[in-house]
Amino acid sequence: MASAHAGALGQPSFFREKILLGMSLPEYLRSLITPFNLVAAAILAVGVPSLIYRFAAGLGASTNLSQAYPWGLWIGFDMMTGVVLAAGGFTIGASVQLLGLKQFHAIERPAILTAFIGYIMAVVGLLADLGRPWNIVMALVNAGAASALFEIAWCVMCYTTVLLLEFTVPFFEWLGWRRLHAVLKKALLGLTVLSVMFSTMHQSALGSLFLLAPTKLHPLWYTPFIFIFFFISAILAGISMVIVESALSHKVFARRMEGQPHVDVAAITVGLGKAGAIVAFAYFFLKLQGVIDGHAWGYLLTGYGALFLVETVGLVLVPSLLFAWGARHGKVGHIRVAATLTLVGIVLNRLNVSIFAFNWQHPVRYVPSWMELAVSLTLVTVGVLAFRWICNRMPILFEDPAFSHDE
Amino acid sequence: MRLGRRGFLRMAGVTAGTGLLAATRAQAKVPQATEEDTLPGVLVDTTRCVGCRACEAACAETNQLPAPPEGDEVMKTRRDMSQTAFTVVNRADAPGGGDRFGKKQCLHCLAPACASACPVRALDKQPTGPVTYDASKCMGCRYCMVACPFDVPKYEYEALAPRVRKCTFCAERQAEGLPPACVDACPSGALTFGKRHVLLEEAKRRIYSEPERFVHRVYGEREAGGTSFMYISDVPFEALALPAGVPEKPYPSLVAGALGAPPLVMTLWPPLLMGLYAFSKRRDEVAAGEQGHDQEDHHG
Ligand code: SF4
Ligand code: SF4
Repeated sequence: MASAHAGALGQPSFFREKILLGMSLPEYLRSLITPFNLVAAAILAVGVPSLIYRFAAGLGASTNLSQAYPWGLWIGFDMMTGVVLAAGGFTIGASVQLLGLKQFHAIERPAILTAFIGYIMAVVGLLADLGRPWNIVMALVNAGAASALFEIAWCVMCYTTVLLLEFTVPFFEWLGWRRLHAVLKKALLGLTVLSVMFSTMHQSALGSLFLLAPTKLHPLWYTPFIFIFFFISAILAGISMVIVESALSHKVFARRMEGQPHVDVAAITVGLGKAGAIVAFAYFFLKLQGVIDGHAWGYLLTGYGALFLVETVGLVLVPSLLFAWGARHGKVGHIRVAATLTLVGIVLNRLNVSIFAFNWQHPVRYVPSWMELAVSLTLVTVGVLAFRWICNRMPILFEDPAFSHDE
Repeated sequence: MRLGRRGFLRMAGVTAGTGLLAATRAQAKVPQATEEDTLPGVLVDTTRCVGCRACEAACAETNQLPAPPEGDEVMKTRRDMSQTAFTVVNRADAPGGGDRFGKKQCLHCLAPACASACPVRALDKQPTGPVTYDASKCMGCRYCMVACPFDVPKYEYEALAPRVRKCTFCAERQAEGLPPACVDACPSGALTFGKRHVLLEEAKRRIYSEPERFVHRVYGEREAGGTSFMYISDVPFEALALPAGVPEKPYPSLVAGALGAPPLVMTLWPPLLMGLYAFSKRRDEVAAGEQGHDQEDHHG
């Protein structure tokens, strides 16, 4: 921080250049006043105190959890959904590093950064939800190896570490630490193998959690293969997330990209659209198979059936056709709409499994408290803010040209 | 970077090793229904229960819980266990008029869903029978509540260091050779404590000696792979708040297949992925070698 003074004296300083984007402190602070930031500040103003209240007053005072609904929004949304939306990290990492699909190289870093931030937010949500968060270390010493949750705990921990290491590549470029950067860059391939391994395990284990609830989860969603469903949909989420994200960030950060080597987002999107069409269709087919295996046809005509159809037909089958159409005719817009629908569908799936269709025969329904909502919204907002803060400073949307010859 | 053939094999070998290790460990730790014959159990004969709720009072006293509500008013509505009541007695209409009563508490499954769900083994099946809880290990994930098919574990949501609460089968009393407090307090002989297999025979003897009276089933003989508390009744078990449709499979076996996957993943993924990598690398080299060909062609 000492260098901040140097910056104030007009000499180029690390703080001024790297943190304040070359502005003086007052200039920088003024630049922060935007409509987006005001909304974000309003959300944080409610959410952060709610989070503090949760720890000061307990779960009972801050949430609508009950004996019948031990899991609510913080597990169903922050954890389940947060983790699946971060699946872009390993899908794209694997495509670029392992399958050699170099055309996706340009979106590898943003995907990894999203995943990294997503996992950290999911872990914060989890800590809020745990009744005895200080005992989380117990998962390291008391192996409940028969528990899917034990597997998740380990994999999430390992995977977050892998993401952190992957993230250090652009981070060290930003700091200009060449030696360490070179080491980590060499490790990227190995890290990618690990990331695929851990992701496969915990994305599917999130589904395995519900294998223990055959009498509680609605038959349209309960299947002995739910862990495979979760895995396939995680890949689908990864692809869709990268499509949406690359569209957004290349728009939002257009100015920052000026003078950088041109990235053909449209071509990448079409490539991803092809993959999306195939995976979405496979996933739809699996969901159908689940209904057949579970002899759950009868339920399709109930209210839960309607919810199920919205999820599988409206938000998996329709997008899969849209993906295919868009990829075939090079219609980037179609693919982006399909990706957005798919993401909504997967979020709905995670919420259905963990909240809406869980304990479906119970007379009283769980509805989250406003504080639960505020905390969840806050985590999403902080995630977006962190992503933007980092993208504005570090070489995420492109590699630092000074480093490109180090390979 | 390039990973030589040696490095590649070494990597595959190391991961295969950890995979196998994890596989054997996972197998060893799955709670099994072992020696169930010698395990203790309780037979609840609902036809003998008079609804005095002495068991509730004895349970509360033994576990230092608030005394249960007095008077028969409480029997008008169906009650569930709570974080301050480990057992409750519910009422149902008997065939021919009159009342039937059924006590509910943790059934102490032989292969408990709750213990297999617990990531930190805070809930654990003791080799002596009881499924016990250790708050000092619990991280409060409440997965045990999600998993238990009988909705037994309850949570202290109001506390800042909340605990999971449920019947302990009076593990401490049993260790001293005493029966559970509820059994001790029961004046009508509705509760019998003993070896599970003896009780199971006794239950069937009672059913067979009055076949037109009893429901022909021992609740808990097979539910969730078998439980230590078992029930016989002349009214449907659901009327006494015992959940219907609990699968007969031991719950840990429901996840066993999915949990068998990680070792496989750890073993197979790295070589597979490195194979893919080697393949794509080779493809690029070939593409680079061929003159006049656009590399993009090979990427499809
Ligand atoms: S009844 Fe529920 S809480 Fe009791 S041992 Fe069985 S699974 Fe665990
Ligand atoms: S709440 Fe505690 S006892 Fe229950 S599963 Fe989680 S860690 Fe185990």
